[in-house]
Amino acid sequence: MLQAYDSTVASLPLTRPLWMALLARAPIAMLEEALHAHAQLTPIWLRRPETGLMMVEGRTGGTGQRFNLGEVTVTRCALRLPHANGQTASDSGVVGVAYVMGRIAKQAKLAAIADALLQDPAQASWVQSQLIEPLRLHLGQLEAQRCTDAASTKVEFFTVAREAGSGNEGDEE
Amino acid sequence: MSAVNLATLGAGFGDIALGSQSVFRSVLSAFSYPGRSVAVVSDAEVPDISRSASAAVLLALLDAQTPLWLSAGLVNTGAAAWLRFHTGCTLVDSPEQAQFVWAAHLDELPDASQLCAGTDVNPEFSVTCIIDVASLSTLAQDHAWELTGPGIKDKAYLTIEAVAPSSRARFLQQQQARQALFPRGVDIVLATAQGIVGLPRTTQISPSGA
Repeated sequence: MLQAYDSTVASLPLTRPLWMALLARAPIAMLEEALHAHAQLTPIWLRRPETGLMMVEGRTGGTGQRFNLGEVTVTRCALRLPHANGQTASDSGVVGVAYVMGRIAKQAKLAAIADALLQDPAQASWVQSQLIEPLRLHLGQLEAQRCTDAASTKVEFFTVAREAGSGNEGDEE
Repeated sequence: MSAVNLATLGAGFGDIALGSQSVFRSVLSAFSYPGRSVAVVSDAEVPDISRSASAAVLLALLDAQTPLWLSAGLVNTGAAAWLRFHTGCTLVDSPEQAQFVWAAHLDELPDASQLCAGTDVNPEFSVTCIIDVASLSTLAQDHAWELTGPGIKDKAYLTIEAVAPSSRARFLQQQQARQALFPRGVDIVLATAQGIVGLPRTTQISPSGA
């Protein structure tokens, strides 16, 4: 089953797969800026950031046979946020998870913090307005830019039909 | 594969390298000195179902290439999910496919014939059993088993407590039957809440007074 979670269309309801896909592509500067103090938190690690390889598969034309496109480095982590009042009880609840392309551990950590905050009903709204909305806009702009760049290289292929008439020409050659 | 509820999942070792090295050292000592109780110290948040050293031992030993079989009391528990998350091990349904077996206290162990004992060429392909026990004693007392073999200077003693005598007898019988298979065999770690006792395949077990 193929499902596109990389859409930046704002009308889609914000579900966890969608925001995780958005966070995975968030530039580190944007995450840092939006999370402010939360970026400085020392989380309780369930899984410290670790970098590994993942095989990316593609399909020719989007529908054909699967083939291995190549490997990418992916950094993942899972963490639990400490209580806001400074307690470090492990039962503080929500767990943030992030899988981010590349090798920047900090980016994975920030994305996981954002994921944890979005799952917390008390925090979700400000993270959504401070981080997710600008992020959607930013990624949408990037996508539009890429589309324009690609469109400018478009080449129209056409074949010239052989002119009719003087039918003997072909036979003589 | 059911989704793991991460909210209830405990953390692994605080420092993966140092934590697993320390537990590995304990396992090594336990197998080097069979019948001696070795403390297992770890900072891992082991699952509630097993407040015992076995979870820490498995956390240190397992990886993505070690299939694990769980006894009836452990299947579909937080313990299984916890090990899956932290070690990436595969859980198997039949003990024949397993390289590690983890049995909860009082749970039925798989039949001896079902456990992989390795081959004469590759005896190291055998299974390692981690068995939870409520308590055990290494003192010379009535009904204690006598252990002899490499790593034991004279004689060591072992009593598994809080277990029905019949299942103790069955365990002893299985162990004695396996001794004929050497170099094939099964290595066993008995785990209590704080420590482990190793019973490698080289250890001869006999009932007291025999």
